[in-house]
Amino acid sequence: MTQVSVEDVTADLLRQWKHDPYNLLQILIGVQQAFHHISAAAVDLIADKLSLTRANIEGVIGFYSFLHAQPRGLYDLLMSDNIVDQMSGSRELAGMLAQRLGVEPGTTRADAVVSLGYTSCTGMGDQGPAALVNNRTLTSLTPQRIEQIAGLIEERMPLGEWPQEFFAVNGNIQRRDLLLESDLQQGAAIDAVVSRGAEQLLGELEASGLRGRGGAGFRTALKWRFCHDASANERVVVCNADEGEPGTFKDRVLLQAYADRLFEGMTLCAGVIGASRGFLYLRAEYLYLLEDLQQELQRRRDANLLGDSILGEAGFDFDIEIHLGAGAYICGEESALIESLEGKRGIPRIRPPFPVTEGYRGRPTVVNNVETLIAAAMIAANGPEWFRSRGTDDSAGTKLLSISGDCSRPGVYEYPYGVSLETILHDCGAEDVQAVQVAGPAGQCVPSSEFDRSIAFEDLSTGGSMMIFSQQRDLLNVVENFSDFFVHESCGFCTPCRVGTTLLQKRLHKVVSGHATSEDLAMMRTIGSVVRESSHCGLGMTAANPILGGMEKFSELFEARLKSTSFEPAFDLDAALEEARQISGRDDVGAHIEGGGV
Amino acid sequence: MSKHFVIDGREIPFEEGETVMDAALAAGVYIPHLCHNPEFHPHGSCRLCIVTVNGRHAAACITPAADDAVVENNSDALMAQRRTLLQMLFVEGNHGCPACEKSGACQLQAVAYYCGMLAPELTHLYPRREVDASHSDVAIDFNRCILCELCVRASRDVDGKDVFAISGRGIGAHLVVNSESGKLGDSQFDAGDKAAHVCPVGAILPKHRGYDVPIGERLYDLNPISRVGDVAAQEES
Repeated sequence: MTQVSVEDVTADLLRQWKHDPYNLLQILIGVQQAFHHISAAAVDLIADKLSLTRANIEGVIGFYSFLHAQPRGLYDLLMSDNIVDQMSGSRELAGMLAQRLGVEPGTTRADAVVSLGYTSCTGMGDQGPAALVNNRTLTSLTPQRIEQIAGLIEERMPLGEWPQEFFAVNGNIQRRDLLLESDLQQGAAIDAVVSRGAEQLLGELEASGLRGRGGAGFRTALKWRFCHDASANERVVVCNADEGEPGTFKDRVLLQAYADRLFEGMTLCAGVIGASRGFLYLRAEYLYLLEDLQQELQRRRDANLLGDSILGEAGFDFDIEIHLGAGAYICGEESALIESLEGKRGIPRIRPPFPVTEGYRGRPTVVNNVETLIAAAMIAANGPEWFRSRGTDDSAGTKLLSISGDCSRPGVYEYPYGVSLETILHDCGAEDVQAVQVAGPAGQCVPSSEFDRSIAFEDLSTGGSMMIFSQQRDLLNVVENFSDFFVHESCGFCTPCRVGTTLLQKRLHKVVSGHATSEDLAMMRTIGSVVRESSHCGLGMTAANPILGGMEKFSELFEARLKSTSFEPAFDLDAALEEARQISGRDDVGAHIEGGGV
Repeated sequence: MSKHFVIDGREIPFEEGETVMDAALAAGVYIPHLCHNPEFHPHGSCRLCIVTVNGRHAAACITPAADDAVVENNSDALMAQRRTLLQMLFVEGNHGCPACEKSGACQLQAVAYYCGMLAPELTHLYPRREVDASHSDVAIDFNRCILCELCVRASRDVDGKDVFAISGRGIGAHLVVNSESGKLGDSQFDAGDKAAHVCPVGAILPKHRGYDVPIGERLYDLNPISRVGDVAAQEES
């Protein structure tokens, strides 16, 4: 490995990112990749060149899970900690690694060779257990592979020389419908807007009934029209590829196999709303896709489908740059995503104003999900009736679902809206199912008595995550995993989400460990409803769903764990005395509560 | 035609562009709040000003007033939610009112009294936080910081110094000071800064004048916050 200086690398990064403070996050990611942390010296250099304060940059580093002020190991290993990874043995594998490498999870080994930790779902639910090593994806981990990986690390083998199959990511498309089985001629959607005009296209999009595929279901035509009608000199198109909802991975498959259609959709949107700038905000967990995506963009520039005077149309100038995330689920929320694009902490903005009038750097901005933009491109090429041929009145078209958990054929399934859970479970080979988590931790856990319900905006609305739990699973573990997730991912801006998620986590732990009473359940309801009703953004509003929904639909599971007494202390009195014992240097029987505490 | 909305049955006039909070305060209707200070751009983080607007929960300080809207402010349900939010703030940090120099002039304490919070019922988190006494004239006790970001806003928007920022995430979010050592004494902070006079709690405290006003004679010892308003505004006048 050649020695490079912080000064040189930082100078290169600053040049690459045009000395623009709005690109701070991208610069920090570059420094992190080069030096496994962002040193105080690097912070000072960047602060000086970008006229930002040190505290401001420290605040950004402190916000993102994948940025570090303290050195990480040469090999930074993070095990995906979603419940589905856990169900396939990820925690045991992490334990093996910890033992084999002599490093506790959550720490860096003294020789700074390896760090081990856990991270939120890496989007590989159909091929887990998964992990990241220096942000590169490892899939289908087994005890044998863990053994090999430990060996490679001890040999200091560069990642480029690791067996390539360790990094293989499969598409696993199990069912194709309207979107995935139809072709799209390159440039056809762009040609549609050039030849038929923005008004016509907006009309067609409206007639198609397309609604946002990220989960919220806002009408795409309306979003585009608001942005089109906002007065501004510059408009922006953003593709939200921050697919962070645990259990979903369908955007990853689209980015891997259908990137041309996505860029077609973004360019179509630019043509309709009059945007000149586009961003693809790619979650850090999908770093492995970056190079292919860059190449696809270059191919399109070469074919005059991006750049100046697209398809020879004077004034149709549009290009797309890719920005990386750095480990923050909240950045999937569109206004937090824009903050992150602007190089800041991903704190959701106050709305109004909405991004369609004031988004990236105050310019009117459309933020759409990957699947939405692809659907829009295909509607432009094939017409609204083609799209309307599937789905229901309120939910036109099809939905891509990411299916994982207890089933024999996990992967991506494209279904017409209106499909029932029963049908889906049958198709993916799920038997003896206890419950299905629809729309991830932020969604709901549906018991088997409700499997006749359907995937649709008017019933079970989802961004695409679907995790299946058999009768053998303890659903309280699932609820705990999701509650931990929200504690980890709360941005910390508003009181109810920042504090409430932690309070809920602690109460739930009391329940699961068999120390709770019915008063604790009542308190979880109180805290949960405050978190749900008073939080600043969608994350907070849904963060209590696993617990509130769990207590509503699976109350017997919670009640079975209760102690019969009406009050139990929230803390262990004897454990609380540990610090005093250390100070006094005592650990005899008398220094413990059970021993009389004298 | 002037525009109106209704809070708890009372008609409130407003100008276009005003928030529910602006119009309510102008009309003498108190909505509990901590992170809001009319001198600064609204923030919406403490969530104590949660009201319902046409049945939907919203933070009054960041919600534009709308003609004919029906706003609920003083209902039992909303007051109960505020008590829970206050409880969260109390257990998140280390707040010992009897030993705090700000007691009696602290907005957190005063709002808690106003909302009827009697004792903390939630599990204390007992975080380990520092006291920064490095500055000659002002001390920061991070144990009492409620992350309202008023000092961040004041230093940035009024003092033009950017002395403060927020780092960390979630329950780990915390106030940081812009200096090489991270200490206030090494920063550009000055006791005359606006940022030294906006803290609603006892986190940013002036030195050398503790207990100038005896306990029992302080702002909220004499009047409820709903009548006398924010402590920062009193300090100014």
